[in-house]
Amino acid sequence: MITHDILVVGGGLAGLSAALAADPHLSVAVIARVHPLRSHSVAAQGGINAALGNNPGAGDDSWERHAFDTIKGSDYLADQDAAELMCQKAVPAIYELDFHGVPFSRFPGGVIAQRPFGGAGFPRTCYAADRTGLVILHTLYEQSLKKQVKIYSEALVTKLVVDNGRCEGVIVYDLATGEILPLRARSVIFATGGYGRVYLKTTNAYINHGSGIGIAYRAGVALKDMEFVQYHPTSLYGKNILITEGARGEGGYLLNNKGQRFMADYAPTAMELAPRDIVARAIQTEIDKGNGFENEYVHLDLRHLGEKAINKRLPAVREICLNFAGIDPVKNPIPIQPAQHYSMGGIDVDVRSASSLEGFYAAGECACVSVHGANRLGGNSLLDTIVFGKIAGEEASHFIQGLERKDGDDKILLDEAAAERQKVEDWMSRTSGEKAHDLLNKLKVIMSEKVGLFRTKKQLAEALEGIRQIREDYGHACLPGRCLRYSQAIINLIEFGYMLDLTEAITLGALRREETRGSHFRLDFPQRNDRDWLKHTLVSLKDGRPDVGYRDVKITKYKPQERKY
Amino acid sequence: MECIFRILRFDPVEDECPYFQDFGYKTQEKKSLLEALMDIRNEQDCTLSFRYSCREAICGSCAMVINGKPDLACRTMVESLNSTLVVIEPLPNLEIQKDLAVDMEPFWQALDKVEPYLFAGMERPEKGHRVEDKEMEKIDQYIACILCGCCYSACPVVARDEKYLGPAALAKLYRFVKDPRDKRGYARWSRVNTEAGAWGCDTVFKCNDVCPKKVRPADGIEGLRRKLVVERITRVLRLRK
Repeated sequence: MITHDILVVGGGLAGLSAALAADPHLSVAVIARVHPLRSHSVAAQGGINAALGNNPGAGDDSWERHAFDTIKGSDYLADQDAAELMCQKAVPAIYELDFHGVPFSRFPGGVIAQRPFGGAGFPRTCYAADRTGLVILHTLYEQSLKKQVKIYSEALVTKLVVDNGRCEGVIVYDLATGEILPLRARSVIFATGGYGRVYLKTTNAYINHGSGIGIAYRAGVALKDMEFVQYHPTSLYGKNILITEGARGEGGYLLNNKGQRFMADYAPTAMELAPRDIVARAIQTEIDKGNGFENEYVHLDLRHLGEKAINKRLPAVREICLNFAGIDPVKNPIPIQPAQHYSMGGIDVDVRSASSLEGFYAAGECACVSVHGANRLGGNSLLDTIVFGKIAGEEASHFIQGLERKDGDDKILLDEAAAERQKVEDWMSRTSGEKAHDLLNKLKVIMSEKVGLFRTKKQLAEALEGIRQIREDYGHACLPGRCLRYSQAIINLIEFGYMLDLTEAITLGALRREETRGSHFRLDFPQRNDRDWLKHTLVSLKDGRPDVGYRDVKITKYKPQERKY
Repeated sequence: MECIFRILRFDPVEDECPYFQDFGYKTQEKKSLLEALMDIRNEQDCTLSFRYSCREAICGSCAMVINGKPDLACRTMVESLNSTLVVIEPLPNLEIQKDLAVDMEPFWQALDKVEPYLFAGMERPEKGHRVEDKEMEKIDQYIACILCGCCYSACPVVARDEKYLGPAALAKLYRFVKDPRDKRGYARWSRVNTEAGAWGCDTVFKCNDVCPKKVRPADGIEGLRRKLVVERITRVLRLRK
């Protein structure tokens, strides 16, 4: 049986960071459902935050101020020790990326350029035009070639195998051969990304099903703060492709159908650069009030920036608009609307990226440390992947170095693989039943209509009921057509079960949390309530059903205060 | 608009040879070819295989030949083809793994051969490298590459010489050679001073034509050639002295 000391699941930024940070003397491998360069990290545009203080407007920026902005942006739900750690490590992390070859844009004098971003007191977002995710992912992949990191591409992890309270390995569906195989790993790091595709409108890649989060949950690990779902304010109307916050950072305006910069009514000081939860709700409110266009979108206007600046700093945005909407932002405003973008919640881990399950770690969007709390600031997600991916790689290495226990019985892994194989066989042997994409469409409608930007008890309860109904349908799903190799249909069906788990956790957390905080807006409880709800939600599996618990937020020196921008 | 999607099908494990299969498809305005393929897979034949991920022309997964031209399926709108017959084939110059998914391994291996990573030198500058934006701008064109493989598939030299590194790998090497932070010596990168490297190119610029990201890989190959010649001359002159 293939055996590794450390198996990193996911080849995006968090996964590659983890693999590169792991002890090279150990047997380390990355396993990913797509080639690493096809990971969704590649689509990140605007930048990565660090208090370098390179922007002339940065004054006396410091990691402490970065931490404060992150915590305030999180609506005080972030664990403050975790946010401090991330912001402290941000500065050396950027220099390390530069050392490894990331072609950051530069200011005169040759230092790394930094632009303003939402919810930040100072311009501290480092960038490479609007292709920051692309260049960082390519650089980390290049480093993994240099260091000859073992990579298994196009293999979907379908299950985490646990025995005696320790993870033993994973079960894998190998696309090229169509085989379902066990893989032994003494330590497993999940860097499996987000779940945007449980919503109809999302900026996420098609592959972002979030199954890693569900797999961890099924293996007995708690999910934290899942009710906090970030909507990006500016996705391109039609395809919902991300239009970076950098567009507003560079000076872009949001305009309603009266030509007004309506953010003045919602965040008079920060205007377009208020945090995402606030801007997304403002846009949706304008649209709902009839101040949008076609009752669907508002305008993001970049025309006053001029062609030269747009070509220099936002070339990818221009290309996206031309390719996917036939609009040139040099000449026309961009039609935009909010769309699901990011998950603040995820697999419950601590500041060491460690979960409650021995040997199991998680980092990046699939994990929740929590540094983003109830609302993540733009530019902090790339940072999260780099910092906590690295920590996960180091911590997993320490775990292996101190490991005395011998490997468990192969039989457990072989039996689990056989059970997964049987599941697929059952789907294929059925002649009628629900198909994966029909099930998924139903789930998306429920999540979008009832667990969206604005929430109520009634809608959330209905959503929960709907999800449970779909779970029954999933029990008699079928695959109409026999093909094991390169079958996206099999992947979709396998992952769908986990999508039910994670949407249930989102909805349940949202239903129970009777307050408004960050991205979680309850029309029936429109105020933040620190007395009762300054705590993390933890959803875990107990006797086959989700069980909800809570944990206090860690406060260091930043006292919760009202959030005004 | 009613279209016929004529898709090349092949499962090397099951089929003796590739064959075309027709699917009827009613397209709508602003429908991308990738969305159409997904609809066909979901509604007509779940065994149809093709790669995809980001759907916004940045991940490089969905390169395929569309009515004769390699391009990304996600950024190609069906109506833009101005044809009710849409012929879709896998990328040439690479073995078919299943239907539209090809084995990219030779492409990745060619990339690996040029040592596509920064040789940053021994010293690590405490506050990062200092390089002027003007210098970095020279590699802008090349860092836009998403390694989708369109150029590799369109290249006539790759088609006849399996040793040839191909446009993407050579352009990537040029990206590093031009990077002011890179310290790799001439001895290291001049390994492409061969027919399998910089001199293999036929300069018919197919790669430039098909690149969905306007990288113009042939510019990079020409740049390498220029640099090789200049280095050569400098060395000869130095010897004469």
